[in-house]
Amino acid sequence: MQDIYDVAIIGAGVVGTAIARELSRYQLNCALVEAKPDVGMGTSKASTAIWHTGFDAKPNTLESQLLHRSYELMETFVSEAGVPVERLGGLLVAWSEEQQQALPGLLARAHQNGVTDVHTVSAEEVYRLEPNLNAGAWGGLYVPGESIICTFTLPLAYATQAVLNGTELRLNFPVRQITTEADGTIRLQSDDDRLRCRYLVNAAGLYSDEINRMLGHHEFTVTPRRGELIVFDKFARNLINHVLLPIPTAITKGVLVSPTVYGNVLLGPTAEDLDDKTNTATSAAGLQMVWEKGQAILPQLVAEEVTATYAGLRAATEHSDYQIHLHADQNYVCVGGIRSTGVSASMGIAEYVGGLLAEAGLPLTPKAAFKPVKMPYIGAAGIRPYQNEAMIAANPDYGRIVCHCERVTQGELLDAIHSPVPARTLDGLRRRTRVLQGRCQGFNCQAGVVDLLARETGQEPRRLLALEGER
Amino acid sequence: MKREQTDVLIVGAGPAGLAAAVELKKLGAGKVTVVDREPEAGGTPRLCHHVGFGIRDLHRVYAGPQYARRNVAQAAASGAIIRPATTITGWGNGRTLTYSSPDGLGEIKAQAILLATGVRERPRTARLVPGKRVQGVFTTGSLQRFVDQYQLPVGHRAVIVGAELVSLSAFMTLKKAGLDVAMMTTELPQHQIYFPYVPMKWLTMDLLNRVPVRPLSRVTRIFGRKRVEGVEIRRLDTGEVETAACDAVVFTGDWIPEYEMARSGELTLDGGTRGPQVDGQFRTSRTGVFAAGNLLHGAETADMCALEGRSAAQSIHDFLQNGRWPAASLPIQCAAPIQWAAPNRVTAGEKAGELAFYVGEFRQNALVEVRQGGKVLYGQRYGRLRPNHVMRLRGDWAAGIDFGGAPLEIGLAR
Repeated sequence: MQDIYDVAIIGAGVVGTAIARELSRYQLNCALVEAKPDVGMGTSKASTAIWHTGFDAKPNTLESQLLHRSYELMETFVSEAGVPVERLGGLLVAWSEEQQQALPGLLARAHQNGVTDVHTVSAEEVYRLEPNLNAGAWGGLYVPGESIICTFTLPLAYATQAVLNGTELRLNFPVRQITTEADGTIRLQSDDDRLRCRYLVNAAGLYSDEINRMLGHHEFTVTPRRGELIVFDKFARNLINHVLLPIPTAITKGVLVSPTVYGNVLLGPTAEDLDDKTNTATSAAGLQMVWEKGQAILPQLVAEEVTATYAGLRAATEHSDYQIHLHADQNYVCVGGIRSTGVSASMGIAEYVGGLLAEAGLPLTPKAAFKPVKMPYIGAAGIRPYQNEAMIAANPDYGRIVCHCERVTQGELLDAIHSPVPARTLDGLRRRTRVLQGRCQGFNCQAGVVDLLARETGQEPRRLLALEGER
Repeated sequence: MKREQTDVLIVGAGPAGLAAAVELKKLGAGKVTVVDREPEAGGTPRLCHHVGFGIRDLHRVYAGPQYARRNVAQAAASGAIIRPATTITGWGNGRTLTYSSPDGLGEIKAQAILLATGVRERPRTARLVPGKRVQGVFTTGSLQRFVDQYQLPVGHRAVIVGAELVSLSAFMTLKKAGLDVAMMTTELPQHQIYFPYVPMKWLTMDLLNRVPVRPLSRVTRIFGRKRVEGVEIRRLDTGEVETAACDAVVFTGDWIPEYEMARSGELTLDGGTRGPQVDGQFRTSRTGVFAAGNLLHGAETADMCALEGRSAAQSIHDFLQNGRWPAASLPIQCAAPIQWAAPNRVTAGEKAGELAFYVGEFRQNALVEVRQGGKVLYGQRYGRLRPNHVMRLRGDWAAGIDFGGAPLEIGLAR
C-alpha cells in the first residue's frame, strides 16, 4: 500500500471504476476507495441495463456531450473486454395521440444530440418490428443505437483493468472524514483505516453530496429516486426484438420493456423520490404498477413466470445536468448527479475527469504498456463455458453445471472467486457469474454455492449468510 | 461432440425416471439411458431426510435418501445406464437431444424419450412478495439442502409460508436445525395438511398444536437489512396486518413444473398443470416423447411418481414394439374450482386412465363430473375435497366420448 497516492477516487460504481481505469493508463499511483465490500454495488447493479445513445438527453448539456463521446469509446472497450452487449436498437412506441405528437420533437432532439440515425416509423412498421405488441400503437420512433449491456460486468471490467494496471482497490472503506494535511495532501479517514492523496475524485453516487459537503461545497443535494423492476423468465425473450422505450409526456412516465443480455425480459422502472439512501426494497404498489403497464404493452409477457424483482436507487439532484466540478484550489473533482445515465456515459465522464485533473496540474504521462482486460462471458448471445468443448476438455469443471437455471459451472465460480477483483460475497458471485439469478432463485444450488464460497475464501458461512456481523 | 444412440432416453433420475428405467429393462427394452443434471442420481427424495417414502410403490417405509439410493441401485442393477452431471441443452432433429457434461458435449439419438424432469417450488420473487432482498429466504428445497446436505446455519426463528404436506417437510427440517417456528400462513381458510403415512399423523397433530396457523393470510412484505428481520402478514378477509419477527422465511409448495425441456421441444403444454399435456398412456404431443412424474402435476408424492414411471414404461415399450402413435385425442379442460387434471388428454379407443386433480377450495360431499358439451360422461362423489392435495378420479369412464366433438371438461356437478 502507498503512503501517499497521486489520486484517490471515492466510489467504485460504474463511474468511479471507469475513472480509475482511465487514470491507470498513466504513470500514477491511484487508490479506488469503496465503502461496500465489492465494486458496482450501488446504483450500478440495479439499473435498467440499457446502453443509451443519449438521443433524448437535453441538448447542449454536459450529459449530452459525455453520453455522445462515451458511446464511441465504449464501442471499442466492450468488445475488447468481452462485456456482454446486444445491439438490438430501441423502439419508442406511441400509445396515444399526445405521445404521437411528441415524436417529431424527440426526433429533432435526437438530431441535435448528434444521434442522426433515428427515424419515425408508422404503426404498421411498429407491428412489423414487434408483432406481439398490444393493439393500439399510433406509431413510433426507431433508435438503432440503443443497446443492452451487462451492468454487472461493466464496472468489474473497468475495476479489473485498473487493478491489473496498478490501481489499489480499497474496499470496506467508508469515508467518514476528509482533512487537508500541512503538506497540502488530502487525508481520507474511514472507521478503522486512512489514506492520503494529492488529488481527490468524488464519484460516490448517492453519497456524492455528502462527500462534497465534507470538502465545503454545497452545489447539489442527492435525492434517491427508487426504480422497481420485474425480470421475466427466459421463455419471454422471444416475445420482443428491441428495447421498447416509453415516451415521456406531461402526465405519465411509462415503463420500458427490454430484453436483457442474459436472455430475460426486464420491465420497469418506477420513479419515486425517497429520503432513505438504503431503501432498496420493492413495494406492492410499485410492482403492481409496473406489472399493469407491462401487461398493457405486451399482454403475453405477464403469462410467463417472474424470475426476479428488484429496486435500484438513482442519484437524482435538483439540477437537470451532471454536477461535475473542478475545485482546482483543493485538487478536487466532484462527479455528482449522474442520475440514470452513468453506465452509458461512464467512459465519457472518465475521460473528461482526466482532463480536469490535468487542468488542475496532475501530470498525465502514459505508461509504456496498458494491460488489456478480458472478462468471463455471462451473456446469452455468445458461447458460455458449458457449451465450449475445448474449455471442458482442458478443465472438466467447465462442464460441471452448478446453477441449472443459468448454466453456471463450477469452473466459472472458482474463476470468479480467484479473479483479480475477487468475489467475496454471495452477491459478488451472483453478479460475476449469474449464479442464483435464475428462475429457481437458488432452490437447487444456493446451499452448495454458500458452501463453496465459504470453503474457497475461508469465511464463516454465518457471516456470508448475514447471521452474524453487521445486520 | 460425441454421438450416441439409445433405445430409450430418460431425462431425470428421480422416482419416476428410475422406476421407468427398471420397468423398461424388465420388459426387455434394449438400451435404456437415464441422464440427470445433478451430480448424483435419485432426485428430490435425496434431499428429504424424513420417513414416508416407498409406501405405495415398494410397500415399505424408507427415509428419502435411503429410498433414492435404493432406486438408483435397482436401476443400475437392472442394466440401465445412469449418467448424472449431464445436462440436456437442446433438441436436435426428431428424438435427438444434445447434452453438456464434465466429459464434454454430445448428442444422444433415442427411439423414445421420457421426460421426468420434476417440479420446483415457486420462489419468493415469482410470488411477487415485495420488500428487501435479504438472506434467509428459502424454499423447502433450498432449506433441506442447507440443513441436510451442507449442514449450513439457517437461523433461529422461522415463518413458513404455506400449510400443506410439503410445509410439514419444511417444519421437520427447521425443527431438526433447532429453529423455532413462529407460524405457518395459508391463503386458504384452513391448513391442508393430511397424513400420507399413519405415524406422521401423531407428528402432524403435535405440530398443529404447537405452531399457530394463520388462515386467509398472505405474507405481504419481507424486511431486514442484510438478513430477514421479519415479515408482514395481511389477513385477506379483514385487511388486518401483523408483523412477525423471524430470521428465516420458507416459501413452501406453489409448484411449477420444470418444463424447460418440454417447452424447448415445443410440446403442447397444459393450461392447468403448466406441464406437457399427456394422454392416459403418458404420450405428449410429440411422437415418441413421453412424460411422467411431477413434471405432469405439482406435486404428487414420490411413490405415486414411481408408479407413474412404471406405467409409462409399459406405454414406451408398446411404442418401441409397434411404433404406433395415435392421431386423435381430446383435451380435458378444468372448470373452477378444479385447478388442473393429469392426464389431460384422452386418446380415441383407449381408457382415459386414472385422473389426478387439484381443487382450489375445500368442499364437502362433492360430485366431480367429466362432461362433453352438455353431456355428463362420468361422475364420482367425494366426501371431502381438500386443496393442495392430489385427488383421484377412477379411469374407467372413457365410453361415450365423441372424438369429433367438443373438448372434455372436469368440474363439480352444476
